[in-house]
Amino acid sequence: MSETSAFVIFFAAIFINNILLTNFLGLCSFIACSGQIRTSIGLGTAVTFVMITTTAINYAVYYGILISAEEAAELGRAAPLISADLTHLQFIVFIAVIAAFVQLVEMFVERFSPRLYFALGIFLPLITVNCAILGASLFMIIRKYSFIQSVGFGFGAGLGWAVAIVLLAGLRQKMRYSNIPEPFQGVPIAMVVTGVLAMAFMGFAGMVSIQ
Amino acid sequence: MIYVLSVISFAGLTVALAAMLMVAERLLINYGICKLDINAGEKPLELEGGQTLLASLYANEIFIPSACGGQGTCGHCKITVMSGGGPVLPTETPLLTRKEIRSKIRLACQVKIREDIYVRIPTDLLNVRMFTSKVESSVELTYDMKEICLRLEDPAEISQRPGQYVQVQAPSPEGPVFRAYSISSPVYEQNIVQLVVRLIPGGIGSTYLHNVQPGDTVNFTGPYGEFWLNEDPSVEIVCVGGGCGMAPMRDIILSLYDKWPERVCWLFFGCRTTRDVFYLEQFEELAKKHPNLHVMYALSDELAEGEKWDGETGFIHLSADKHLEPGVKRQAFLCGPPLMIEAVTRVLLEKGIASEDIFYDEF
Repeated sequence: MSETSAFVIFFAAIFINNILLTNFLGLCSFIACSGQIRTSIGLGTAVTFVMITTTAINYAVYYGILISAEEAAELGRAAPLISADLTHLQFIVFIAVIAAFVQLVEMFVERFSPRLYFALGIFLPLITVNCAILGASLFMIIRKYSFIQSVGFGFGAGLGWAVAIVLLAGLRQKMRYSNIPEPFQGVPIAMVVTGVLAMAFMGFAGMVSIQ
Repeated sequence: MIYVLSVISFAGLTVALAAMLMVAERLLINYGICKLDINAGEKPLELEGGQTLLASLYANEIFIPSACGGQGTCGHCKITVMSGGGPVLPTETPLLTRKEIRSKIRLACQVKIREDIYVRIPTDLLNVRMFTSKVESSVELTYDMKEICLRLEDPAEISQRPGQYVQVQAPSPEGPVFRAYSISSPVYEQNIVQLVVRLIPGGIGSTYLHNVQPGDTVNFTGPYGEFWLNEDPSVEIVCVGGGCGMAPMRDIILSLYDKWPERVCWLFFGCRTTRDVFYLEQFEELAKKHPNLHVMYALSDELAEGEKWDGETGFIHLSADKHLEPGVKRQAFLCGPPLMIEAVTRVLLEKGIASEDIFYDEF
């Protein structure tokens, strides 16, 4: 188990190991939904929220059910519900948890903020297949985080994703008035800008290692 | 063993998640019984929440005009929602002006009933009924126009103001849609509704109406429309129509001379060629009986060889400009393509007709 404090992991996940700009996860909705700052803030918030909660739930599912009894004992954890090693199920189980949870969030948003619901449109269900969210759950297992560290990492990764999409949305709003060569207009220039952003974030690399 | 355990644990997890979602749906999506109040207590309704305002009103036999079938594209279903409608949605903003948003106008097809809601609907719309009718006749007027006569069955009578329109229910691959057609039969013929339909290639409503046979059943809702005829017989009436904009003009003129045989009325009708001319003999006949009716048909295209035409030529706003002397108290009704309406409105304003006395319908 890594010894880094959850607080450090949180900041590192935003700036140093930004899940989008260093791991390039969740690019699809990142490019598609970054036309306007307002929408990107909404989507960023939704992703952050889903990431915090799904890392917590997936943590409980993984260490409560999937892990084998021997490995749990080795790690000094309580024995899981099923003693057999079911870790090969982690992908499908994580996806199922995420999908169900996104459904729940969708119902909540529709009930309490129809404006956000309509602004997010198709992208709210698309969070289900946002690989950054599955990525966060998988990283948390690979890096052997504790529960607090996992939630801190989920929060940080979500916020990092939100920061990246809001940055790109701001840049794209500015770029609407710039003279971009025709073949680069739209998605190509957004990809180039993402690359430059990622290089800028590489300046933080190595300050803290959470890998 | 491991396989069985895998399947069981995954199935168990899925069931648990599904159960959680079902509970959440029960708690979140259920809005209970909501009160729908129309015009401050005039017609209080209680209904199940969760549906759109338009669908709920239709279910309670209040027929708000809507041409797109509740998809938020036509903008006909505007009504005032005083409270309980929630924020204006991004799907509505393209169809609402800032002034309309400030005066709480919403699209009924986009507002979902989630709580007690208070709306204002003009009494005119509360009188709108769903009619079933049988096609009595279908007559060709020109190469692309047909006059469809519908005999009302249930209810058997319609009470309309001259110049109003109905919405005919036409079948389409995505379920029934409504298309608006002006009534061309006069108000005193309460048992029938006549429509003038121009065939538009690919049009859902016009294709349907051009193919109905006598004896077929046609459903429609109505009457709708903002036309108000001035009841003062000294006010002259100006009717300007183009294309299928003839229907409301016929309704207005026939109704007018039934009530005030001496009233002054000008009819200007713009056509392209002699092929587009219809109802001319009918109006000339009427003008013989009522000398104060002036009928002007104008052709905008050049005459073909061998054709004879003793009426006006050129665009219709030019003949209106030529024949109307300024400074007379008048009321005007315009129906036709937007460009024609724009040009005619300019002429009429120059002639001293107040803009609130000019009613128009763009086709």
